[in-house]
Amino acid sequence: MPANPFNNQTDYGIGIGLRVPHYRHILEKKPVVDWFEIISENFMVDAGRPLEVLDKILEQYRVVQHGVSMYFGSADKPDREHLKRLKTLTRRTNTPWLSDHLCWGSVDGRYTHDLLPMPYTHAVAKHTAAKIREVRDFVEVPICVENVSSYAEFHQSEMTEWEFLSEVVEMADCGILLDVNNIYVSSKNHGFDPYDYLNNVPHHRVGQIHIAGHTKYKKYILDTHDHPVLDPVWKMYDHAIKLCGHTATLLEWDDRIPSFDEVHHEALKATQFLGESSSAPKAEPVAA
Amino acid sequence: MSEALFRPLTAGNRLQHSWSDGRATASVAADFVKPTRGLGSVERLEIYARSYWFRVLDCLYDDYPGVRAILGNGRFMKLATAFLAQYPSASFTLRNLGSRLPQFILDQPALSAPRTPLVHDMARFEWAQVVAFDGPALPLLTQDDILDAGAKLRVALQPYLTVMESAYPVDEFALALKQRDAALRTEASNTLTAMPSSRAAARPRLPRPARIFVAVHRQDNLLFFKRLEPEAYAILTALRDGRTLTAACATALRGADPSVDWAGRVQEWFQAWQSLGWFCRRSKRGRS
Repeated sequence: MPANPFNNQTDYGIGIGLRVPHYRHILEKKPVVDWFEIISENFMVDAGRPLEVLDKILEQYRVVQHGVSMYFGSADKPDREHLKRLKTLTRRTNTPWLSDHLCWGSVDGRYTHDLLPMPYTHAVAKHTAAKIREVRDFVEVPICVENVSSYAEFHQSEMTEWEFLSEVVEMADCGILLDVNNIYVSSKNHGFDPYDYLNNVPHHRVGQIHIAGHTKYKKYILDTHDHPVLDPVWKMYDHAIKLCGHTATLLEWDDRIPSFDEVHHEALKATQFLGESSSAPKAEPVAA
Repeated sequence: MSEALFRPLTAGNRLQHSWSDGRATASVAADFVKPTRGLGSVERLEIYARSYWFRVLDCLYDDYPGVRAILGNGRFMKLATAFLAQYPSASFTLRNLGSRLPQFILDQPALSAPRTPLVHDMARFEWAQVVAFDGPALPLLTQDDILDAGAKLRVALQPYLTVMESAYPVDEFALALKQRDAALRTEASNTLTAMPSSRAAARPRLPRPARIFVAVHRQDNLLFFKRLEPEAYAILTALRDGRTLTAACATALRGADPSVDWAGRVQEWFQAWQSLGWFCRRSKRGRS
């Protein structure tokens, strides 16, 4: 039984990101991994080595696509060529869902290649939800939007980030990729209780969870994905699983990438929390 | 916010003091970014601005190791910054970021003087490698295509193949660099925390002028460089420009040494090129 309507793939357990330094190990050793998350843009190419590797991975593993450039919050209309390439890739991978970020990142055809925070207004939520629907209708794959880590907030905002996220996904009728590390990072940078965030998003829409490491600086925390997951994030993950039920979980490790075994070992630590969960949520949404 | 990102940073990796309209950056930032107890509005914007510039500079740093080695890190960063200020990314993928750098080098020779010709040739050669890495491959020319068309045959070269003339042996220089460095290409990361650092290592001796003709291509999805004889280069460029097989050979061999068995040599070349998969059908609408 699915944990929620947006997570009807509950047999997807713990995955890890497919990264170049691990290609050889994966292709030669064929380690047992439940699923791999790929960065869609790395494979939205015409030909060559990236697609050759992807096809070999697909022979052995389940793959879920994660995007970094759809920019649901940008004012620009989705680029048709981009959407066509994305859809072609979804047909190749047979991804059960598609995720990208609740952010903006392009303006007037110029791309920042970053995940920029949005002003949390009702007008922006409406625009963003419409864009998510447009993309979903084109690619014909369920979409989960991911909360980003952020370092700036805007005077213009009319609500909290979790209220904004909730409003967008309700209007778009889409799923959530809940990044608990991002919630933690943003909570420290903006001074809110991360459990207020966790407790107040629509748990029935959470289709996937991200965990990752971050780096503490003197005045802020940066979402670097270059460390093991820190204890406060594991604690939040535990709480999230209790709220959402068994949910596909992915460890992100994108910089200073260690050996495949080390990354996989870190990801599998999530088993202790997932293993305790059933498909149905248990916890009441109270602060931990 | 985008204006803050796309304007180059100061030497200390800070936002410029003045906004583009002459107002103080601090004043503009305070109008739309909330400060926190630890970080002012400008400092919060600077986190994003630094992330943007580190990311795009790092991309060019990886894609143009030869240009970087010729100019040295300091001048390379100045060139790259000037280039990105004029040509910010116009694509969802960083793969295309450096496509205009070779032309920019010609347009702004002061940034690479007195080595502009070498830097330009190196940049063309390195961009050709990006194209060869994942550029499109069209259906191969078949035996039937050749027999059907006979002397009127117009073939196209694979889009991933670049044939170029260089005033310097840039291929040898690139190989020397590759031996020094572990890899020419790395996966772009979304989690950069610092400017690309100068990696101290002895630079191979800069190439002396010597005209070469070289093809940059891929086989079995691996990158290769192949030196070409001048006449072979002339045939390939004529074919690329849409000449018939007969016309391409006639043009290329006009004035060639009559004592050479050109028929035999051309036959060998074509056999090699065909086996490398360089020929494809010419589209009715365009060159390839």
